[in-house]
Amino acid sequence: MTFRAAVITFPGSNCDRDMATALEAVSGTPALRVWHGDADLPGQLDLIALPGGFSYGDYLRSGAMAANSPIMRAVIAAADRGVPVLGVCNGFQVLTEARLLPGALLRNAGQRFICRTVALKVENTASLFTAGYTQGEQVNIPVAHHDGNFFADAETLDRIEGEGRVAFRYAEAVNGSARDIAGVLSANGRVLGMMPHPERAIEPAAVAALGGTDGRRLFESILNALASA
Amino acid sequence: MQVRVLVRLKPGVLDPQGRAVHHALEGMGFAGVEDVRVGRLIELDVADATDHATITAMCEKLLANTVIESFTIETAGAD
Repeated sequence: MTFRAAVITFPGSNCDRDMATALEAVSGTPALRVWHGDADLPGQLDLIALPGGFSYGDYLRSGAMAANSPIMRAVIAAADRGVPVLGVCNGFQVLTEARLLPGALLRNAGQRFICRTVALKVENTASLFTAGYTQGEQVNIPVAHHDGNFFADAETLDRIEGEGRVAFRYAEAVNGSARDIAGVLSANGRVLGMMPHPERAIEPAAVAALGGTDGRRLFESILNALASA
Repeated sequence: MQVRVLVRLKPGVLDPQGRAVHHALEGMGFAGVEDVRVGRLIELDVADATDHATITAMCEKLLANTVIESFTIETAGAD
């Protein structure tokens, strides 16, 4: 099976190569690389990935400028057609700014940049991104962010929780996120935004040095979902 | 035409920056500071013919994130 994934690079993205490496490691197919100024995406995509980093230097608000860059019109249109979209860290911020996901990512409650591996609880195993995990399972995935404090009003939080759209929750105090939400799904379950970096936790050979391997199953889940579609 | 857009965090949205500034002011010995909220002032120089609806659209689409922020628009010279 060929796997056509596109990784979008914005000016200031810095995890785009990691994302492409992770996608290739798991799928065996090199990811397509797309520049933010492009108006169109490659055709027949199985996944669009928005990587971490500091697009546009986090000017104005994290993700705000990137959410309005030319390629995002194509990403929003693709998401509307049901193409899976994964946004990690800055990619999550971009997805909320683009209104593909609810809420917003505020400055960490403790004001500090947080860079460490954190424990997450898997809350939803029904999505194409999370089917490879076990409900309630605890996994360890690195975070590296300054603006990861998920915020939404109480009504929105109740709605996304009621619809089972919380994919991951922090299992420890991290950044002050509302209801410890670390990852959120769209209403159709085909867009996932998360602050932790699964692409940094895929290499068995580097378990000790890097973030472990718990992120790998997220990418395997996407492949399995495609294979069985 | 000079336009000033004032962007503020909505009430109830945590403002860690404001809290840190508040804490610093107290540490400097300024008494009686009840609360501090940090916002953003954006000054635009736009064509005189630019209508209010267009400026509002700029705010809603980019300058403010209405999930967490409110904005006010002041036009220089307007009543």
